[in-house]
Parts: sequence; C-alpha cells; structure tokens
Amino acid sequence: MSTQADISAQIGAVAGLSGRQPRLDYPAYRSSSARHPELDPVPADPEGVELWAPCFGRRDVDDAEADLTRRHAGEPIGERMVVTGRVVDSGGRPVAHQLVEIWQANAAGRYWHQRDQHPAPLDPHFTGAGRCLTGADGTYRFLTVKPGPYPWRNHLNAWRPAHIHFSVFGTAFTQRLVTQMYFPGDPLFDLDPIYQSITDPKARQALLSRYDHSITTPEHSTGYRWDIVLTGSHRTPFEAEGNA
Amino acid sequence: MIPAPGQTVGPFFHLGLPFDGGNELVPPADPAAIRLHGNVADGDGNPVPDALIEIWQPGPDGSVVQEPGSFHRDGWTFTGWGRAATDADGHYWFSTCAPGGSAPFFAVTVFARGLLDRLFTRAYLPSPDPADALLTSLSAQRRATLIAQAEPRGLRFDIRLQGEGETVFLSHG
Ligand SMILES: [Fe+2]
Repeated sequence: MSTQADISAQIGAVAGLSGRQPRLDYPAYRSSSARHPELDPVPADPEGVELWAPCFGRRDVDDAEADLTRRHAGEPIGERMVVTGRVVDSGGRPVAHQLVEIWQANAAGRYWHQRDQHPAPLDPHFTGAGRCLTGADGTYRFLTVKPGPYPWRNHLNAWRPAHIHFSVFGTAFTQRLVTQMYFPGDPLFDLDPIYQSITDPKARQALLSRYDHSITTPEHSTGYRWDIVLTGSHRTPFEAEGNA
Repeated sequence: MIPAPGQTVGPFFHLGLPFDGGNELVPPADPAAIRLHGNVADGDGNPVPDALIEIWQPGPDGSVVQEPGSFHRDGWTFTGWGRAATDADGHYWFSTCAPGGSAPFFAVTVFARGLLDRLFTRAYLPSPDPADALLTSLSAQRRATLIAQAEPRGLRFDIRLQGEGETVFLSHG
C-alpha cells in the first residue's frame, strides 16, 4: 500500500499547474485511475434544456430540512454551527429560489452510511443530510455540527480534511456543481489528494469557508460563511463578466 | 470571482442525494412510460456501482418544464428532471417519456466515487437529426456513444467512463 510520502510525491509532481477544475486524471487519488476519461471533452454549445435548470419549490423542500440538529429526538454531539452564504453566478448575479443539498460526517468523522466502517461512534441524533432553497438574493443557510476529519483507504493512514459535501444547481443545467466545502486552516490540506487535485491554489481557496462572528448565535452556535460562485449562465448576457 | 471547482461526490452520496421516486419522471405504470437505462462501466470494463446519474429533458412536445415537484412526485406532474444511483451491477434506470422538440435529447450528468468532477453528456434518441451540430462534428464511432439504442419498451444508454467505447463527454465552457 502507498504511504503518505508516495502520495505527497505524486501531489507535488503536478502541484501549481494551471487548472481551476480538479484534474480528473490524478494518480494520487487512486480510485480515479480507471474512472477518468482519457479523451478530451468535446466542446458543445448548450442547447434546449441545457440552457435551463430544473425547478424546485416549497412542495419539494421543507424549511425543517435546513436544520440538521433537529432531525431526531435529541441533540447531536459536536460544535453546533451555522453554515451560510450566497449562490451567485460568475457575474455576481444571485441564483434565487434554487436547491442546495448537503451531506456530511458527524462530529467524530463517521457517516451514517453502510459503507463507512470507520470505528468512530455513530450519533443516534445526527444523520447528516440537509437541503434548502436559496432566497431571492441567493442566500442559503444550514444549522449543523462541525464534521470531524476521517480516515479512508486511499493509502496507508490517509485522512480527509473536515468537509461538507454540497450539491448545487444554477439557472442553467451546465452550472451543475457537486463539491466539498472545507474549513480554514485544516492541517490535512497538504496531504489530501482530493483537495489537491485542484492544482491552482487560488481555485482551491474557492472551496474554503471562513469563520464569521457576525453569523454566530450567542451561547448556541459558531458560524461559517461560504459563498458559492457558479460558472456563467449561457442564457443571460455576459456583460457583468468584465467586472467580476 | 473564481467559480467553485467541483470535487468528487465520494462514496457516501447515498446519504444525501438519491430519494424515493427520483428515477420515476413518469410512473412506470403509465402506458406512455418508457424505460431509459444502462450500465456505467470503468476503463477496465468493470461496473461502477457507486455512480449517480441525473437526467434533465424536455417534454414530448419539446417544451422546457419549469415545474417543481421532483422530490415529492404526485404521479401527474412531469418535472423533466430525475436522479438515479447505480446498483451493485453498475446499472441505472429511469421511467420517463421521450424528449421532443428541436433539441430532442436527455441532458445527462454523471457523478461517481473516483471521478473528481461531474461529467456532462447527452443521450440522443435512436434516429437523431442528421444535421445535429454536435453529432456531425464526431466520427461515426464516437457519435454512436451518444445515441441510445431502441428497445421494445424503451431506450438503452450505456456509459463508459474510460477506454474502448469511451462515452463522449462535453464541455460547455
Ligand atoms: Fe466526505
């Protein structure tokens, strides 16, 4: 089995290369080896439905689904925190009334999932999935607990930095995004082949939340802010791009 | 502003993304329902049992649907959007209707553990418009990866992530 030193050498070999999206062919993330396309993607002008996004509404998402701390009879263990921010396109225009979904490990770094056999405790009061709709200004808001880092089997003694998985829709299908939000200053960043697969450090930083004291609630929860910028929509003019 | 890069959906997406009825855009019992289904395979030809497929399509008349209700389907409202995880054999299926209009394809998004960012592709109906801009730009062999095969009660659309018969994936940059 590879060691962290082997993986870090593979990370280092391509570190700093340009590229604002993750490199799909990224040997340090071992399970990508047979799952990345070898041929270049074919450019295609979006047509028809690709210029539009599916629509979600009140009948799809209940307000209570944004509070991951109250899905069971008791309170989950962990650092209670607000996670909020705005979903905008690359011109800064809000993505209003659109779906945001999240899933995460509990405070001990354990997922409520059959495949997670990491010997950390499950929390009977925390499932770790939530969803909400953005407001008119693109704001989403969740109440949850801070996830722990967790081990995985990419290499010997591999650990993921703490993260929350996000699934986001824009105003066009081509803006579809599934990603992971991270926390500032995580000591595992340099070691993690998933985070480092984005070789441009500025682009990686776009996945970092920041602590924001103004969104904490006294004697209740800390707060992290993360604004999510989607690629431009082809359906609207690009005039705002120059100011972005 | 730098767009947020993608990251893999990982092995635990079942916790957050699939939902009951997600793959039933049209109830299977509806006489008009067709099945769109296929296998997802990796570069070694092995099934990918932890992939997630989303489709987004116009109605049979070609109209783009802007109806909510995908999460709590009422059996009557066609929302045009569906989500299906692959099973242990790497197989996914949707119960839906054929897309119509001037761009009659399913827009398909592929997510998987081991896949660091989502992939876009299109599933065209069996006799596509010979003048279609994307299809005419491809060799016959590559074009074939985007065209669903007709079956008695539906369409088959296999997805190959890598290697021989690799599906054409799209960039919309
Ligand atoms: Fe994770």
